[in-house]
Amino acid sequence: MNFIKDIGRYVMMLKGMFSKPENGRMYWKEFMNQCSDIGIGSLGIVVIISIFIGAVSTLQTAYQLVSPLIPLSTIAQIVRDTVILEFAPTLTCIVLAGVVGSKIASELGNMRVSEQIDALEIMGINTKSYLIMPKIIAGLLMIPLLVVLSMALGIWGGRLAGTLTGIIPADAFDKGLRDDFLPYNVFFSLAKSYTFAFIIASIPSYYGYHVQGGALEIGRASTKAVVVSCILLLFSDYLLSALLLGK
Amino acid sequence: MIEVKNIKKSFADKVVIQDVSSSMNSGQCNLIIGSSGSGKTVLMKCMVGLFEPDAGQVLYDGKDFTNMDNHDKKEIRKEIGMLFQGSALFDSKTVEQNVKFPLDMFTSDNHAAKMKRVNEVLERVNLVGSNKKFPSELSGGMKKRVALARAVVLNPKYLFCDEPNSGLDPQTSLVIDKLIKELTDEYNITTVINTHDMNSVMEIGDNILYMYQGKKEWEGTNKEIIFSKNKLLNEFIFASDFLRDAKEMRMLEETGKIPPNHKIDDLTSDNAKPIL
Repeated sequence: MNFIKDIGRYVMMLKGMFSKPENGRMYWKEFMNQCSDIGIGSLGIVVIISIFIGAVSTLQTAYQLVSPLIPLSTIAQIVRDTVILEFAPTLTCIVLAGVVGSKIASELGNMRVSEQIDALEIMGINTKSYLIMPKIIAGLLMIPLLVVLSMALGIWGGRLAGTLTGIIPADAFDKGLRDDFLPYNVFFSLAKSYTFAFIIASIPSYYGYHVQGGALEIGRASTKAVVVSCILLLFSDYLLSALLLGK
Repeated sequence: MIEVKNIKKSFADKVVIQDVSSSMNSGQCNLIIGSSGSGKTVLMKCMVGLFEPDAGQVLYDGKDFTNMDNHDKKEIRKEIGMLFQGSALFDSKTVEQNVKFPLDMFTSDNHAAKMKRVNEVLERVNLVGSNKKFPSELSGGMKKRVALARAVVLNPKYLFCDEPNSGLDPQTSLVIDKLIKELTDEYNITTVINTHDMNSVMEIGDNILYMYQGKKEWEGTNKEIIFSKNKLLNEFIFASDFLRDAKEMRMLEETGKIPPNHKIDDLTSDNAKPIL
């Protein structure tokens, strides 16, 4: 029953976001703040995990490709496709669900508990529109950019690990990257990252905005937001793969 | 002027407000008093539209706020300032940014004009030189004053204060009360205050509404409250010996004598009947 109630309130929250801004310039400022928080604030962790994901992919692919009949460039192809199709969008977004999601939920939860949201409402501001919409739009802009960066860094990390360990020469890796490249894979990855971005920004916003109680409830809402976001990410990952890659 | 007509509000099966009606006049401090859980805050939140009442009306200068569409409600809300119990300052903004926020959102003045107004209201609440401080660097009284400055920066017609003295020492409470009273008089604001503070009741209560278990139990001025024979009101207001003594002193001042039926022992007698 609660599940249905949550869905209803979530949809109402999204519907309530659409109204004429009280002051476009203030909304723009809030949007830029959110872009900075979500994009620049998560840059460090995305860079680190992307490089290591690529590096580990190269090492593990090379470990499994033991046949001398398979050219070394195949390692690069496998790393490229794995990073583009799965690791960059899904793994990065799961990490972002933790980093960005908990921040959004706790920020809004704290605003709710300390009556800051009520104060905005009293002023005549649509708080759903002013507080939640910029977060979702900033997420939709910044998270796909982070995923694209993650793709590039993941592949570069793989190349670095391959050449440093002597598993695969740099020119063989580069050849493998160009062989049988499908631009559709990038499209698929971006489609996933937009879907994930919406989940990462909107689900924690819902849990944070509707917090009732005190500090303990903010913590609970934050945890719940991350857990639900991760489950929805994995579910939508499967759904999108079945829809866009299924034969 | 704000009128509340037959307001009812329940949460699940619990009735919190039952059929409350009152009028709150312009240029006056209208106090809502009552023990914890009596429905004061819920009534105030119904009045400002943070809660939707189950029945009844809230009229702002004759305009029915409860049945307005969102656009019209927004217009009324632009004329409302509110001081919250916990101040509700924006943590990430400085004092200056907090006070300037409503100006940024709702006016098209240039930066210099906005800063002039911000400095004016900060001076009015005795907070000159605190512009660049963050809420975490302020004391409870200073936070309340910043919140008050933010509430009045747009010259509201209606000012709501939820427990403005909670958590403050008596001296700071007096400063806040005095400020609210002065601002109310200066700008002819309709001020509504939720409070437990008996000093506020006696000092600034032009019109007092006493709530008991979600119902209006008594209404009158701070002069009338002294002579009220309402048993519940007397039990609430003059709970301590000190306050009973103070009441008798005030009666002595007003009438030159203490009526025998207002002796302390009589306050809880069955003969005491509500005025309203």
